[in-house]
Amino acid sequence: MNTGIKNSRIGLFIPCYIDLFYPHVGIATLELLQKLGLHVFYPLKQTCCGQPLANSGAEKKAIPVYHNFVKNFAEFDYIISPSGSCVYHVREHYDILEQTDEVIYVRKNTFELCEFLTDVIHVTDLKVRFPHKVGIHQSCHGLRGLKLGKASEIVAEKYSKLEQLLRHAEGLEIIKLDREDECCGFGGTFSVFEPDISVKMGNARICDHEKNGAEIITATDMSCLMHLEGIIRRQKKAIKVMHIAEILNSNSL
Amino acid sequence: MNPHAKKARQFLADTERADWQDKALWAVRQKRDLAVYAVKEWEELREQASRIKENVLSNLDNYLLQFEEAAISNGAQVHWAFDADRFNEIVLKIINVNTAVKVVKSKSMLTEECGLNHFLESYGIEITDTDLGERIIQLRGEPPSHIVLPAIHLKREEVSELFHEKLQTEKGNSDPTYLTSAARKHLREKFLEAEIAITGVNFAVAETGTVVVCTNEGNADMGVHSAPVQIHCMGIEKIIPRNIDLGVFTRLLARSATGQPITTYTSLYRKPKPGGQMHIIIVDNGRSEHLGNPVHRNSLKCIRCGACMNTCPVYRRSGGHSYGSIIPGPIGSILSPIKEMKEKQDLPFASSLCGSCSDVCPVKVDIHRQIYSWRQEISEKKLFPVTKNIILNLAGKVLSRNGIYNFTGKTARWILRNVSRKLVYSKINTWGLGRELPEPPRESFKEWFKKNNKIN
Repeated sequence: MNTGIKNSRIGLFIPCYIDLFYPHVGIATLELLQKLGLHVFYPLKQTCCGQPLANSGAEKKAIPVYHNFVKNFAEFDYIISPSGSCVYHVREHYDILEQTDEVIYVRKNTFELCEFLTDVIHVTDLKVRFPHKVGIHQSCHGLRGLKLGKASEIVAEKYSKLEQLLRHAEGLEIIKLDREDECCGFGGTFSVFEPDISVKMGNARICDHEKNGAEIITATDMSCLMHLEGIIRRQKKAIKVMHIAEILNSNSL
Repeated sequence: MNPHAKKARQFLADTERADWQDKALWAVRQKRDLAVYAVKEWEELREQASRIKENVLSNLDNYLLQFEEAAISNGAQVHWAFDADRFNEIVLKIINVNTAVKVVKSKSMLTEECGLNHFLESYGIEITDTDLGERIIQLRGEPPSHIVLPAIHLKREEVSELFHEKLQTEKGNSDPTYLTSAARKHLREKFLEAEIAITGVNFAVAETGTVVVCTNEGNADMGVHSAPVQIHCMGIEKIIPRNIDLGVFTRLLARSATGQPITTYTSLYRKPKPGGQMHIIIVDNGRSEHLGNPVHRNSLKCIRCGACMNTCPVYRRSGGHSYGSIIPGPIGSILSPIKEMKEKQDLPFASSLCGSCSDVCPVKVDIHRQIYSWRQEISEKKLFPVTKNIILNLAGKVLSRNGIYNFTGKTARWILRNVSRKLVYSKINTWGLGRELPEPPRESFKEWFKKNNKIN
């Protein structure tokens, strides 16, 4: 990592549902970035990226939420979040704001955690041991929106930034799924407006992981995992979910 | 619960059938993957097709006139229909002028859109769909559930029962070869009797006045070659500029639709047979207005391959009929609201916005982006139910103000810890139908950070 990045000020965005329900994922992200020697700041007045409103059709009502995001994060060199979906939303859908220098800057400098690790600071060693069989759930907005990997529909060379990072973990075995990148069925408010299909899709996703021997389902988005975990707990299944930040931050060698 | 969600629930109630449907459609998607992975320049082809279509949409008036002129000089008769009613009347008039009563038709989504079958039947015309899948659903009196595989929702046992009743096949014999040959025999009779053959159009070449029809069963040819009068029905967006452009689209169409390198038959109809008539009806039916819509005109590029249906995890698990529109699935969800925004407002919400539809689309229609746009337009037209609006207004206030946001989060965690399970998992909590809510942590990340971290 060059000294420029070492000296940069990193703004940490913790999405609302992680803040409220999965603080340990936020803690893992923060610790991981600090272990890498980065200066991480967490602006206390942050709330949400606005996506829950916009995906429901109310993007105009989300404008004050967008402004709050921009106001909180414009001062940082990089804005990092453990969510592909929220980052995609900031980059893709903050286009309805007046494109001031601040807005353009924030949209350009907001990164999902994995892509920041692989593309900006180019991590080469994470010194992690994680002796488990892990299935990667490719959260759609990260995969198709941020291009964290090659989607199965596309004809191109295969790559996956998540796999690239997980390969650093000693003992970790990535299992192959029957359907490598099908949606889990969360889809934001889709999960409550179309509950039957949403749960059906989630079940299929979990079964694919179970069938292929995964002990843990990981992803870049806790929202997908919140949905899958909800089904797993309801059905009292043994398989577990873990955000990728938790794996990358676990048991340092 | 909105109409799509309700119908999806009914569809999913039969678990075995629902799982079978998902597997059957996923198998088509996998065949498509194998076929397209073998074409190294696939992404360039998609880009080229998209640009050709963009060019067509920007110059549609000129191309249509060029097409008409070429078709007329080939000896075809060209008719223009502003809407579905005019279209149906033109077809009826051609039939009446020829004092015909027996019509065969090969697959055309446009005639479905215009309700041609019912219209002609009300005038005592016998119209027979000759595509096997189409014939099956016609005999059942139901709409197609997929634009390429119209009877994909049916199992062969159901087809066997139907054929036993309508075509007198053996009871209980559901051998596909037996059933197909029975259908073929039945359809051969219809072809031989037909006085008029109607086809849809996949592509209409402006420079030559040729219409192109792609089928796997050869039924378009059977009809056109045996009946003295042929009628080809096309939407105005079916134009491609030149003959050489056709190669781009035939390479994309069958691979995307069924995973075949090309359809078994690619029929180019240019002029009437000796002593016959060739009619081409060019239909608008709302397309000009659609073309004038800057956000949604892109969807007029669609070549009706159905790949977005096969890939869509929601379509595969709710069935085509749950969409309640002639064209179901992702592409249907962005086409239907153009004419009926209020009635079809549930469709843009029948999506998890996974984006697979846009990546699979051979002509790069940005389907998931348009679904997102429709959601905004529907909301801005104030078509939402009152309660949904109240919730969204409230959420806007909570999520934009740090203080209220923190307080609401704290309250939510308190409720989850202290209120009885029965109350939390009441009927209105649709999340809780098949899922547990997250286990509430003692403190939020923000609270933890304030206590443990001094950096800020």
